[in-house]
Amino acid sequence: MKISPSWLRDFVDLPVDYRRLADELTLAGVAVEGISGEGENTVFEMEITTNRPDAMNHYGVAREASALYDLPLRPIEPKLPAAQGKSEVTIEIQEPDLCPRFTGREIRGVNITASPAHIASRLALLDLRPISNAVDATNYVLWESGKPTHVFDLDLLEGRRLVIRRARAGELLKTLDGVERKLTTDDLVVADAVKPVALAGVMGGYDTMITEKTKNVLIESAWFDPATVRRMSKRHGLHTDASHRFERGADFESTVPSANRVAELILGSGGGTLIGDVIDVIAKRLDLAPVELELREVHRILGEKLRILEVSRILKRLGFGMQAGSEERYLVDIPSWRLDIEREIDIIEELARLHGYDKFPNTLPPYSGEVHEQPDARKDARLRDSLLALGYNESISLTFISKDDARQFSTAAALELANPLSDEASVMRTSLVPSMLNMLAHNLNRGSENVRLFEAGNVFEAAGEKAIELKRIVLGATGKVDAEVVRGLTPGAEARPLSFFDLKGDVEDLLAPFSQWVLTYDAQTAGYYHPGRSARALLDGAVVAQFGQIHPDVAAPRKLRQDVFVAELYLERLYQHDLVQARYEALPRFPAVDRDFSFVFDDTVEFDEIHQSVTSLGISELRSFVPVEIFRGDKVGAGKYSILMRSRFQSGERTLRDDEVMQWAGQIATALVSLGGIQRA
Amino acid sequence: MRAVCPGKVHRNDALDATHSPIFHQVEGLAVDTNITFCDLKGTLDHAMKALFGSSVKTRFYPSFFPFTEPSADVQISCIFCDGKGMRDGAPCRNCKASGWIELLGCGMVDPNVYGFVDYDPAKVSGFAFGMGVERIAILKYGVDDIQLFFQGDVRFLEQFG
Repeated sequence: MKISPSWLRDFVDLPVDYRRLADELTLAGVAVEGISGEGENTVFEMEITTNRPDAMNHYGVAREASALYDLPLRPIEPKLPAAQGKSEVTIEIQEPDLCPRFTGREIRGVNITASPAHIASRLALLDLRPISNAVDATNYVLWESGKPTHVFDLDLLEGRRLVIRRARAGELLKTLDGVERKLTTDDLVVADAVKPVALAGVMGGYDTMITEKTKNVLIESAWFDPATVRRMSKRHGLHTDASHRFERGADFESTVPSANRVAELILGSGGGTLIGDVIDVIAKRLDLAPVELELREVHRILGEKLRILEVSRILKRLGFGMQAGSEERYLVDIPSWRLDIEREIDIIEELARLHGYDKFPNTLPPYSGEVHEQPDARKDARLRDSLLALGYNESISLTFISKDDARQFSTAAALELANPLSDEASVMRTSLVPSMLNMLAHNLNRGSENVRLFEAGNVFEAAGEKAIELKRIVLGATGKVDAEVVRGLTPGAEARPLSFFDLKGDVEDLLAPFSQWVLTYDAQTAGYYHPGRSARALLDGAVVAQFGQIHPDVAAPRKLRQDVFVAELYLERLYQHDLVQARYEALPRFPAVDRDFSFVFDDTVEFDEIHQSVTSLGISELRSFVPVEIFRGDKVGAGKYSILMRSRFQSGERTLRDDEVMQWAGQIATALVSLGGIQRA
Repeated sequence: MRAVCPGKVHRNDALDATHSPIFHQVEGLAVDTNITFCDLKGTLDHAMKALFGSSVKTRFYPSFFPFTEPSADVQISCIFCDGKGMRDGAPCRNCKASGWIELLGCGMVDPNVYGFVDYDPAKVSGFAFGMGVERIAILKYGVDDIQLFFQGDVRFLEQFG
C-alpha cells in the first residue's frame, strides 16, 4: 500500500526526515517496507497488518505519527457553501443488520472534467489513474481518510430513490468493470426504485456511473457488514480497495464527514450547487463498548510500570477517551475507527507499541520446575550417534509417496491426501524405503558412487477412520567399503564392493545397545528384497529390522545401476527394549582355554541352530562359541560349507583341568554331529 | 509450563527454490503466573545470541497474529555486515542495507486462548514464538535452494559433517 509522506504533512508537522519516519513508524507497528522517490515525490510502500484498516490511509498514518511524536493532529474539516432547498432523494434501508447506516448528499449542476492538478498529482503518486473530478474525489477521500464512498449519476437513478436490500434471485447487475453479474439473495445491493445499482461495499454499477454528460450527482457513504462484503467479494471474485476496507471494518461515524468531504472536492473542481442537508439514515446504531483499563494489569503483562502520564498521552493522541475510575482503574472510550480494540489486552498492546517495544528491558523469567525429556530421547540419540559414527549421513525426504510405491513397499493401508500436489505425492508414506531409493538414485545420477544415508521419520497407516503413526529408521547404502583406501599402502588394504554382511554388521551395531535376551535372524523378507541377500532380525522373537540388497527387478526400473542395500528398523518394536545399562562384572582371575572345531555342514543348517545346540548343553564354563572361518568350494562339495568354530572355557573359581575340557569338547562334538555335521580335524 | 516443540510441518506449496511442501518449525510456549513481555524479549534475545553469537542484537516491533496480543516480529542485526548495512564498501545484499534481518514471530498468548484450556487469564500469562528452521539454516549457512534439504545429495550433506 502506497503512502505519500508529504501528504501526511497536511495533518501533522513531521519532526523528522522521511527515512527516519519510515523506521520509527515501523517500530511502532505501521510498517514501511520500502521507500522510493525523493523529496515531495517520496513514496512509502507500507505493509499494514490486517487488523488495522484505520491505518490504511493517510489520516490514519498521520494519527500514528501524532501519537508517536506527541504532536497535534489537524482535523479534516470540509468547508461547504450553504445548501439550497431540499433534496427529493429518499434512502431506505431494508437490511439494518447488513447496512446499519447510509449517508447521501446531492449536488446539482456539476461540470464533469479532469481533476485539478493537486488532486491528480497526489493520485498519480500513488499509481492511481485520474478519471474525472467526481470519481477522483471518491478515490482521494479513500486514500485520505480511508472511507470508501461512491458517486452516482443522479439522473440515471430511477425514482430518485435508493434502497439497500438483498438482491432478488436472478437479478442482473453490470458492474463498473463491465462484467454482467447474476445476483442471488445472498448479495446485498444498493438499488434504485427498479434495479440494483451497486454491489454494496464492493463495486458500483456501470449504468449509473459518472460520465462527461453527468450534471447531477448523488454521493454515497455507508457502513456495510464486514462478513457480507467479504462473502460477496469472494463469490464474485471482486477484490477492491472499498471491499478491502469494509471487510475489515469501516468507521461508523465517518459516513457524514466523508460524504461532505467528497462534496467539497466536487464543488471545488466542478462547480455546482449543494442541494439540501446531508441525508443520513441510521437503521441501527453501532457503538463500541468502552473498556476498563487497570494499570496493574498493564504492568502484569508487560513487566514494566508505565506512568499514567504517558498512558493518557498515548491514548489521547490515538483518539481514545479516558475517564478516571477508582485506584488506577480507567474507563477508556474506543474511537469509532478502531474496531480491532475490544478488550483491555488490546489497549495494552497499543501502549506497548507506542512506548516502544525495544524500550522494555530484556529479562529472563524465574523458574523452579523440572525439565522432562521425551521418553525416546536417549534411544533416538543413541541410534543417531551410532549411525553417524558408522558413516551414514542423515537425510530428510518428503512425507508423501505415490500409490504405487505405497503398494510395493508396504502391506498397510495408506492415507490418501484430499488435495495432493501430484500423483507422485498422493498418499502419506507407509514406508521410508521408496524415498530412500529415490535419494540413492539421485546421488548415483550425479556421479556419487559411494553413498550411505539414513532417514529417521514416521510412517502413516490407515486404521479405519484413524491414522497410526509409527517411528522408523531406514538406511540406504551403495558403492564400495573403504572407498578412500589407497591400494598397496598396507598389505591387503583394498576397497571392495558393499555386501550384505556389511549391512548386517551395521544393523547388529545398531541393535547392540538395546537389552535383549535372544537375537535371531530369519530369511523371510519382503518381495522387494533379493531373496538370497536379505534377512530379518528378531529380538526375543519380534521382528525389529529387515534389511538386505534390493531385488534387481525393483532396482532396474529406478535406474539404480549399482547394487543398493537398504535396512528398515521398526522402532515401535525395538524401543520396547531399554538401553543396556553397564554393570561391572569381576575380571576373571583364572586362565581361559580355547578349543577349535572344524566341521562340514549342509547349507540348510544355519549357524543359529549350531549355536543353539551347543549353548543348550548347559556348560556353564563355556564363555563363548563363535565362528572363525568359512570355506566353500570343490574340496568341500556342492551344497555344503566347512566352518571353523572356537569355544572358550573359563571358570571363575579355579584353573580348569585337561580332562574336564576334553569332556566338554566331546559333548560339543556330539551335538554338532547330531545336526549332520562331519568333523574334519 | 514451558515447552519447545520442534517438528515437521506440511503446506500445499509446490517444491521450488524457496518453497517446500514439508519443512520444519520450532514453536515455544511459556505459561506461568509471572511471565511478562520483558521475559519474552529476554528469552528470544538469549536464544538468538546462542544461535548466532553473543554480539548479535535483537529488535522487536509490533505485528499481528490472531493468537498473541501484543504480537511482535523479531529481527536480528545482520550477521553478514555486523548490522552496519554496508559490507566491503557496498550496500549489504543480505539485509538490503538495513542492517537487520527478520527472523521470527512471537507475542504474549492472547487471553482468549486460555479459555480453551480452562486457565484463568487473570491469574496466568505467557508468551509464544515460532521460527522456520530451514529459513534460519538458509540464512546462517548461505544455502541458495531449499530443495537441497530434502534431496539427500551427499555432496550437500557432507558440507555439514
